[in-house]
Amino acid sequence: MQYTLNINGKKHTVDVDADTPLLWVLRDAADLKGTKFGCGIGLCGACTVHVDGEAVHSCRMRVSSVGESAITTIEGIGATPVGAKLQKAWLEIDVPQCGYCQAGQIMTAAALLARNKAPTDAEIEGAMDGNLCRCATYLRIRDAIKQAARETLGAAAAPKGA
Amino acid sequence: MLQETVMRQPSRRTFLKVSAAAGGGMLISFSLPGIADAAGGKSATLNAYVRIAPDDIVTIMAKNPEIGQGVKTMLPMLIAEELDVDWSQVRSKQADLDTDLYEGQFAGGSMATPLNWEPMRRVGAATRQMLVTAAAKTWKVSESECETASGQVHHKPSGRTLTYGALASAAAKLPVPDLNSVKLKDPKDFKIIGHSTRGVDVPAIVTGKPLFGIDTDVPGMLYAVFQKCPVFGGRVVSANLEVIKKLPGVKHAFLVGAGEKLSFMAEGAMQQNGLSSGVAIVADSWWRADKARRKLEVKWDEGPTAQQSSEGFAKQAAALGPKTPAKILRNDGDAAGALKTAAHVVEAAYSYPFIAHATLEPMNCTAHVQGDKAELWAPSQNPESGRKLVAQTLGLDEKNVLVHMTRIGGGFGRRLMNDYMVEAAYISKVAGAPVKLVWDRTDDIQHDFYRPAGWHFFKGGVDADGRVVAWQQHFVTFGSNGKFASSAGLDPRAFPAGRVPNLSYGATMMESGVPTGPLRAPGDNALAFVFQSFIDELAHAAGKDPLQFQIDLLGKSEMLPGNGAGFNTGRVRGVLEKVREISGWGKRRLPARSGLGVAVYYSHLGYTAEVVEVAVAANGFVQINKVWVACDVGSQIINPIAAENMAQGAVLDGFGAALNQKITIRNGRVVEENFDGFEPLRLSQAAPVEVHFVKTDNSPTGLGEPPLPPAIPALCNAIFAATGRRIRSLPIDPALLKAG
Ligand code: FES
Ligand code: FES
Repeated sequence: MQYTLNINGKKHTVDVDADTPLLWVLRDAADLKGTKFGCGIGLCGACTVHVDGEAVHSCRMRVSSVGESAITTIEGIGATPVGAKLQKAWLEIDVPQCGYCQAGQIMTAAALLARNKAPTDAEIEGAMDGNLCRCATYLRIRDAIKQAARETLGAAAAPKGA
Repeated sequence: MLQETVMRQPSRRTFLKVSAAAGGGMLISFSLPGIADAAGGKSATLNAYVRIAPDDIVTIMAKNPEIGQGVKTMLPMLIAEELDVDWSQVRSKQADLDTDLYEGQFAGGSMATPLNWEPMRRVGAATRQMLVTAAAKTWKVSESECETASGQVHHKPSGRTLTYGALASAAAKLPVPDLNSVKLKDPKDFKIIGHSTRGVDVPAIVTGKPLFGIDTDVPGMLYAVFQKCPVFGGRVVSANLEVIKKLPGVKHAFLVGAGEKLSFMAEGAMQQNGLSSGVAIVADSWWRADKARRKLEVKWDEGPTAQQSSEGFAKQAAALGPKTPAKILRNDGDAAGALKTAAHVVEAAYSYPFIAHATLEPMNCTAHVQGDKAELWAPSQNPESGRKLVAQTLGLDEKNVLVHMTRIGGGFGRRLMNDYMVEAAYISKVAGAPVKLVWDRTDDIQHDFYRPAGWHFFKGGVDADGRVVAWQQHFVTFGSNGKFASSAGLDPRAFPAGRVPNLSYGATMMESGVPTGPLRAPGDNALAFVFQSFIDELAHAAGKDPLQFQIDLLGKSEMLPGNGAGFNTGRVRGVLEKVREISGWGKRRLPARSGLGVAVYYSHLGYTAEVVEVAVAANGFVQINKVWVACDVGSQIINPIAAENMAQGAVLDGFGAALNQKITIRNGRVVEENFDGFEPLRLSQAAPVEVHFVKTDNSPTGLGEPPLPPAIPALCNAIFAATGRRIRSLPIDPALLKAG
């Protein structure tokens, strides 16, 4: 089956089975390998992408149900203000160890900050607890989300043109 | 253990080569034999490969696999420091496996720092020396008037300056200085070492660039899944291949039936043999291969271990525990006699389960076998042994097997084994095409080389003054023909041996079909739990402060026999005293059902003491509030920002094992299938970990493993302080900790 997907603002036409999970469409048909396979059944968050701004596990979403929705992946998240702030915080705090989970972490964090500009510790836990980091970089993930939140708020609060 | 195996390898090559680089500049490849390493005074041979280009960019090949330990950043830092360039000029590039050029291309045993600390700096210093010589010749001045900084040579008296890029071609023609006599910097002048340097791959990671083994793409590549027998050592008899071959996208389906049973791996062995038996499915996409797999019907010959179970092992161990050990590992004085006269005697049985590595990137490998040649893209911690396994199994010459090393999504020791490499190569050969093999999570959890389960039966005695006078320990473990299984041994020198006058260590081995292997801090990740918990039990029996009791047990500061150069009781004392200070041990009042626990361990040449603060809820839920870590890995923390991350991760990794993890064997196979049954630590379980490095006058050593072992007993000892309940079995069962 042919599907035309809207990924990171670009149209990608792919020819895959209707039941193919979005994860494998992204990785193997659209050649966007930033989205990672960890468990295949919604338990690790490594495959997190945004579908119309919502964080979803791409391993559990069939390509046939994507339709016209706007998909954002780690390759495109830097184009959003929140995504750019998160990437910067991730770099400054030097979050990753092996790095394999980090695309999923950033995508989940970006969805969180997009709907909640100043999450509490409990809200960060609530949003991020489904994203496993086997290297346990959690302390830095937490710090980086807070730093990005502060910077996003700071930017919003700053007078225009300053 | 790993580091010993590696260091015993004789040096194979001696060379230092400087040549003109294609496109200008200077290419430096080195082999530095005979420089004593920090670990054991044995000689090690290390290599580096540096290119200085005319545009002043310094490219340093990172020869070791990057598993998240930061080696791709750390090794170039060592060279760049002595070369005296700015870090912004440096590019770190992943090398391929090339045993003609490099040695020690592995990631394991926390060995990258001790093996490379001095040699890599000598590489930088010698190169710098040649650039100075080239500048002095160009200007016809004395070398002693020339200085270097930021990748430039300056001639102070005349105010002239040349960049390394401009000098490199001339330097490439000079004779090479004697490596052992080049001058190294005074550590107080370090500009890169000891300064936080962010991971070189982080920009690529946060933007989703393909870096990992699983991201490999080769033109014409097919995708494979491989169904192995769920029972270890079982073999395929037949399968519905004709059905599978007709499914959409399936290109090949075949039995890998001739497969040999994975042979028993003894302690210290780093390579398995052969190829597991199973069914391979090759398709035009991984999804289609995986979908076809769900239609697979296989008849297995499950082999002789299909009745084994965790429960059965535990029963067998419980029966063996009270008996005389089959093997005496150590016998000092008369432990049985001393127990009779001790003022307090404690008897305790400890146990811990099998656990899996569960790296987040599943096992995978891309292989292209063509005729007598093979090319592989492998996320392996031990690619050299992987190449050997592939060559042997496929009947190829090792020289014809090219291995590209990729970034690795977690190692923890799992990828020291290369079963996925040989599977990919075999499947590619049969399919006659490049093939990417990707395991699913169930393959990963059910076909690991597990941290072995173990059972320890203790009797200990303290005298009226609180001194440990008797220690009897019977370790029931796995092994065959008197040999411990991989990572299932006990070093007879293990502390408190040498400090307890009447001490016996004995072991009895059970046969098992479950493959075992090294997992982060192999051996120690389990032994620290039992040793350090039992010492805590003795402290409480003696009515002593547990931390002071540990210090008293150490006795005078000296070297005791142990791994590497030995076990330094003074360094143990140093980290205990530091952790006492930073945690406010003995000085703080805690609420009811809260407590502090302490533990200390010597692992992989590093010394770490930890204090954990817990609060245990009435329902038994264990909340870790805070962890203090005092760690002595020598005189220098090469990259502080990465070191802290790694130490925190190691501690939290220990908590994940203690709180969440067990692998259950039933009917000869693993019960758990995914992250619901086998759970890594989650963000909500991650307590703040405060890390202090105690700098001592010792050559720097590695950090990937040392902070893990004490985390588990410090946590369990804290639970005892909070509740009066002793955790003697892992994972921690909250039901045992309910109030009342
Ligand atoms: S791969 Fe989708 S949640 Fe794990
Ligand atoms: S950094 Fe390795 S899994 Fe998160």
